[in-house]
Amino acid sequence: MEILVILVPLALMLGGAGLVAFLWSLRSGQYDDLDGAAWRAIADDEPPQEAPVKR
Amino acid sequence: MHVTRDFSHYVRTAGEGVQHIDLAVEGVHCAGCMAKIERGLSAIPDVTLARVNLTDRRVALEWKAGTLDPGRFIDRLEELGYKAYPFETESAEVAEVAESRFLLRCLGVAAFATMNVMMLSIPVWSGNVSDMLPEQRDFFHWLSALIALPAAAYAGQPFFRSAWRALSAKTTNMDVPISIGVILALGMSVVETIHHAEHAYFDAAIMLLTFLLVGRFLDQNMRRRTRAVAGNLAALKAETAAKFVGPDEISQVPVAAIHPGDIVLLRPGERCAVDGTVIEGRSEIDQSLITGETLYVTAEQGTPVYAGSMNISGTLRVRVSAASEATLLAEITRLLDNALAARSRYMRLADRASRLYAPVVHATAFITILGWVVAGASWHDAIVTGVAVLIITCPCALGLAIPTVQTIASGAMFKSGVLLNSGDAIERLAEADHVIFDKTGTLTLPDLEVMNAADIPADIFDLAGRLALSSHHPVAAAVAQAAGARSPIVGAVEEPGQGVRATVDGVELRLGRPSFCGAEALVEGVMVDPEASIVAFSKGTEKFVLSVRQGLRPDAQAVIAALKARKIGIEILSGDREPAVKAAAHALGVPEWRAGVTPADKIARIEELKQRGAKVLMVGDGMNDAPSLAAAHVSMSPISAAHLSQATADLVFLGRPLAPVVAAIDASRKALHLMRQNLWLAIGYNVLAVPVAISGIVTPLIAAAAMSGSSILVMLNSLRARSKSREIA
Repeated sequence: MEILVILVPLALMLGGAGLVAFLWSLRSGQYDDLDGAAWRAIADDEPPQEAPVKR
Repeated sequence: MHVTRDFSHYVRTAGEGVQHIDLAVEGVHCAGCMAKIERGLSAIPDVTLARVNLTDRRVALEWKAGTLDPGRFIDRLEELGYKAYPFETESAEVAEVAESRFLLRCLGVAAFATMNVMMLSIPVWSGNVSDMLPEQRDFFHWLSALIALPAAAYAGQPFFRSAWRALSAKTTNMDVPISIGVILALGMSVVETIHHAEHAYFDAAIMLLTFLLVGRFLDQNMRRRTRAVAGNLAALKAETAAKFVGPDEISQVPVAAIHPGDIVLLRPGERCAVDGTVIEGRSEIDQSLITGETLYVTAEQGTPVYAGSMNISGTLRVRVSAASEATLLAEITRLLDNALAARSRYMRLADRASRLYAPVVHATAFITILGWVVAGASWHDAIVTGVAVLIITCPCALGLAIPTVQTIASGAMFKSGVLLNSGDAIERLAEADHVIFDKTGTLTLPDLEVMNAADIPADIFDLAGRLALSSHHPVAAAVAQAAGARSPIVGAVEEPGQGVRATVDGVELRLGRPSFCGAEALVEGVMVDPEASIVAFSKGTEKFVLSVRQGLRPDAQAVIAALKARKIGIEILSGDREPAVKAAAHALGVPEWRAGVTPADKIARIEELKQRGAKVLMVGDGMNDAPSLAAAHVSMSPISAAHLSQATADLVFLGRPLAPVVAAIDASRKALHLMRQNLWLAIGYNVLAVPVAISGIVTPLIAAAAMSGSSILVMLNSLRARSKSREIA
């Protein structure tokens, strides 16, 4: 059962990573336009731009 | 005169050397539009960002400061086939967006905690019936506490705050039993864990918060979305004014940037966006949006004009007397304030339910504790059982019962062209059993139509339409639109207050007042319609008379019939003259109508109906309707309504048909039915679960299963609100 000492913190860390990722995605505005995002995935590639698009 | 467009009011600085503007764009509805707009705008040099938000129908633009004029983007979008308007986020919308994000963050935290606590709970549940060591169980309980306590403290904020606000105001709401339940469950679990007990309820408490946050977020998101659409509509209505920036130089500026004392130019065919006094010029103005009266009023030096008036014939210079927000007649403001104060007494279904619910639940828990003590159980066991009752009755399904239906019903209404302005509009609309219609702009269309187009030879009508393009007069605009005219006649001259004339192939064409075209004799015969404006058209010696008026909405008759079929009382209250109202009432088959009604009279009539127990739906668009919109049980406005009326109305409908009124009533009745059904489902579940809880055999596993089971049931039931709205028959 000593394995718990490794497994439990590991599980919590994975969960925590998920939470951090969610909070990051929320902060970077990825939930602002759910309709648009659905379509962007299948849109044709745009010609390369100098600066990455950021909001 | 030199005219410029000034958008500086909307431009803000976004970081170093970059400027930002938000534009509301009409007609963006697919991925194709999105790509087209983004590419089209990015192609302009020095543009650093062009991003379409398809949900809100907006474009965010950034460019290197000082290089571009925002007007250029609007022109570019126009070339691409989209109408765009600069857009300013209202403070109310900013607050809604912030609230929405906060709830989503809380939901994320709560969902994370629920998953991880569940991961720890399941081994404990299965371990309790097999061979788990008490030390291991304690370890898992402590870990659960470590996750659940901070998560609940953070994610529970929306409920704790609201409960605290209600308690400090000495009332109660749904959040009070929720907060008490969650805090007690967590507190008891900590005590139990310290005493190495078998059961802890960390999982139930945090799962409860997660489910309730889902409901809360859906509710908030619906409101945020409505607010965004309303914000766009405000921008599309493009309330701008031509302000004098020099003695002979005007600039088209947003109303928000106009201050009292400024002088604005009001050209024929323009709608006044400010309150003020005429200082120069002479014209007729149409105040129907303010008073409901369709006869034009003469405006000259010293005449007060109000926001919403349409200038008809001459050019006016107006000195602004009040800034945009305060544009209103004193009487209407006063009536409106009174009416709004009265309305806030309405209690929402959810609050009514919780007001009955909370005392019953808390009493049951208390009696359970006492009962077990009397029956000989220890205080500890009795309290544990009492708290279990609170946890199992915590209004999880109750908290989801209404927001889920509301979200889905508002989506369905949105599709049939109805926007919700207030959260409880659905409940109130469903109760309506008497409809009062305003006439001008509500039963009739806000714009003018040529009534006798069929009597005029097509080539003549076409010519009249082309000539009409050269005039700013609203009647001329109606003629041009009816004729579908595109190319104006070259060399047409407008004579202010008279009409337009031009010479084509040596034949003189005239369009305007009958006297201007020498067609007085013809008019004598036509003058039967009291509401119509008569314009004459002459081609050489041939003379024709066009009758222009506000037509009824195309489906008004069908809508009235549909309302009658639903046993809803109908009447017309209008500020317009008697013959006009009478004609409309007869055409629609509405026996009950009143003409020449003042705003105060309208309220008096609504009060009278209220006394008789009727729930009144008021449908109106004019500024004179605003107080009665607020006084009625529930209210609707067309999108063309005066700004104030639209802000006051509970629902706003789009487009030319009146059908959305019936669709909204049907959808809301169905939604209310489902809400009630959901509440009964939630209560029914409690009736089953409470005896189990009282008997003291509830384990955390039963609590968790019952809670998620009832929540899912309620959500699935809500989805039934989604079915298509039927066409009105």
